[in-house]
Amino acid sequence: MTEAAAIRLQQAKAGRWRPRPFIGDPRLRWAINLAVLIYLLLAWLSIDVNWARVAQGLDRGAEFVASFAHPDFTSRGGEIATGLKESLTMTFTATVIGVVLAIPVGLGAARNIAPLPVYLFCRTVIALSRTFQEIIIAILFVTMFGFGPLAGVITLAFATIGFMAKLLAEDIEDTQRDPMEAVRATGAGWLQWINYAVQPQVMPRLIGLSLYRLDINFRESAVIGIVGAGGIGATLNTSINRYDYDTSAAILLLIIVIVLFSEYFSGYVRKWTQ
Amino acid sequence: MPLREVDNRPLWLRREPRRQLAIQAGWLLGLVLFLLCWKVISDNTIWEFLEDAGAQGMSLIGRMVPPDWTITGSLMLPLWDTLNIATVGTALGVAIAFPLAFLAARNTTPHPACRALALAVIVSSRSINALIWAMLLVTIVGPGVFAGMLAIALRSIGFVGKLLYEAIEEIQVEPVEAVTASGAANSQVLAYSVWPQIMPAFAGITVYRWDINIRESTVLGLVGAGGIGLQMNAAINNLAWGQVATVFVLIFATVVVSEWVSAKVRGAVY
Amino acid sequence: MLTLRGLTKRYATGDLALDTVDLAVPAGQVMALIGPSGAGKSTLIRCVNRLVEPTAGSMELDGQDITRLRGRRLRLARRQIGMIFQSYALVERLTVMENVLCGRLGYVGFWRSFLRRFSSGDVQLSCKLLERVGLLEVLDKRGDALSGGQKQRVGIARALVQNPKLLLVDEPTASLDPKTSRQIMRLICELCREQNLAVILNIHDVLLAQQFVDRVVGLRAGKIVFDGKPDELTEAALTLIYGEEDWSATGEIDDEGGAGASAAEKPDPLATIVRGAHP
Repeated sequence: MTEAAAIRLQQAKAGRWRPRPFIGDPRLRWAINLAVLIYLLLAWLSIDVNWARVAQGLDRGAEFVASFAHPDFTSRGGEIATGLKESLTMTFTATVIGVVLAIPVGLGAARNIAPLPVYLFCRTVIALSRTFQEIIIAILFVTMFGFGPLAGVITLAFATIGFMAKLLAEDIEDTQRDPMEAVRATGAGWLQWINYAVQPQVMPRLIGLSLYRLDINFRESAVIGIVGAGGIGATLNTSINRYDYDTSAAILLLIIVIVLFSEYFSGYVRKWTQ
Repeated sequence: MPLREVDNRPLWLRREPRRQLAIQAGWLLGLVLFLLCWKVISDNTIWEFLEDAGAQGMSLIGRMVPPDWTITGSLMLPLWDTLNIATVGTALGVAIAFPLAFLAARNTTPHPACRALALAVIVSSRSINALIWAMLLVTIVGPGVFAGMLAIALRSIGFVGKLLYEAIEEIQVEPVEAVTASGAANSQVLAYSVWPQIMPAFAGITVYRWDINIRESTVLGLVGAGGIGLQMNAAINNLAWGQVATVFVLIFATVVVSEWVSAKVRGAVY
Repeated sequence: MLTLRGLTKRYATGDLALDTVDLAVPAGQVMALIGPSGAGKSTLIRCVNRLVEPTAGSMELDGQDITRLRGRRLRLARRQIGMIFQSYALVERLTVMENVLCGRLGYVGFWRSFLRRFSSGDVQLSCKLLERVGLLEVLDKRGDALSGGQKQRVGIARALVQNPKLLLVDEPTASLDPKTSRQIMRLICELCREQNLAVILNIHDVLLAQQFVDRVVGLRAGKIVFDGKPDELTEAALTLIYGEEDWSATGEIDDEGGAGASAAEKPDPLATIVRGAHP
């Protein structure tokens, strides 16, 4: 027992006890506390709120909240229906394409089955895809492919690749080694090896992840319309900019309902696949 | 079992024939749906635009390289704003999500009606993208960093709230029983048996969301909610792709650093 | 000390776990409650400190009716009843000392306990008990760093630091190896006799119980079917409690030995995000 621990013990016996602090070194502890305090102060200073503007806007805020009581589905019904249909088709198509492409990338990004050059290449693709927000990618693809849902599909598919491939690769790296060695020892070819040793171990997770990504893609498809990549986002953007909150509320309610539905659906599918 | 005798020879099938058929029908249905969806997309696409997509892409890259480093200095303040939007927004969101999660968790909620209400708040918050919240808030509180922070906070409530209430529902009951049985008040039961069990999850979720929020806050400027997105938007509108590339590099660096920090913190808590 | 009259518990599923149980345990008596799995042993002791609400009947602790207490008065009653669990029920991320001090929560206010400002009397009592169970040296270790036997010792200290009048013990040795089981049983019984506590002790291991307790009560399907001294527990009595079995063939009944610290792996909470949750 060290001397410090012995002293602590003696003090505890005498009735003086405090829990050990999370950070042992008192100087480091105070430095961190001070740094946090200074940061909060600086961050606070960087906010400049125009309170007069906020006071004006509060009425509008109240109006927005109130509009959920009387959402307007009809006056822009046509646009909403088209936008929603486009969002849903984009979501599904992009998820399918993205997942299919993510499988080879994910295999390539798993260190335990891929050779180093392939690994580095796949990891680069993943890092690029994950760093940039969907909107940024959408801006680039709209510039390349023109306005419309195709740019949206490619955007979402690209984002899906990064997301799925990273998690898939991590999952493959976590799989048990024994079955993989056992199947390889039987003299199976590479594809057979993947099919028999890796696939059964990662399949349930892959399905769960795909459904989760479907959900994310739907939510993202509602915003990439702002930069012209199709979907309900354009309609939503217009309605908000025109302060047409009743229409915005209608669209937002539809989004919430669809997300809720997809959650029930994916919960059901996940139960069924396990 | 899918092992049968056919003509006195054992026949092994992976699944029951009916189940196999159902699975194949499912795949077929999915394929048909995909083709239908693809047709909708394709009808709404002007394919002529695609012919020069490759050339467009190459010229885009050509104009982006080399990045215009001269504006780096002027991007530092927006970058600082972006960081603040993410951090303060996360802190705000977590502060609201924390009590909400206890109301939403089945084992700590005071009343089922409370639970239903909390769940409704959580699902609304996380169904709606931070950018949409930002668009709304810009019309309400005016453009700037403040709208961005509120947008990030509003989106984070649902994310953190959902993961946290699931963590609360998964805690072990015995320690809770043990502390209750010692005569502790409800607040003490929360502090001594629930909180220690969810603390690692709480820290992990918070840092994870902060990491996501850094990415999200880089684009809030597109709708006027402050941060580096404003400069990016301006550069794109001016077709100054060299400047856009500089912004991209800065975003990339920030995200890499934030991911490293978040991995460190998560590693430290367990 | 404790008197149960007509105690009945019917779960929402319709299962009758306790059927009009009458039982009195005087101070200073160590009573073993034996019976097959599902006989209602756990339900009985959980009714006493109201972790489970009884359906009918009444319970009296030291002259006070505790059947329908609520809020603060329920907490004051619980403070007088210590409990030791089969799975130790330590808060694994708290230190040994904090776990023991959990037993004093009924005596201190929220903010004092939240800031860990326990009175020096509380700390001294905790130290005394930790020393008694032989764990004073590890007071700063976290609960999940201990072995099974050590965890149960902390559990004992936590129950006794409450200064209880009654101790409820739920299968204290079911997760321990035979040697540690005996040590734990001896420790519990010694401490209880020193402090003149009434004890209800659920236990599967009849032989172990016979060596340490003053009285044995047999429960079967929610009813008391045996009540007597340990040496009155004949083969006929065992058959009455557990059903037909050749009791002379083996000396032991259901002794599951499983020892050592369960270094359970902590799952990454974020894994649930991608495993299917929809944040």
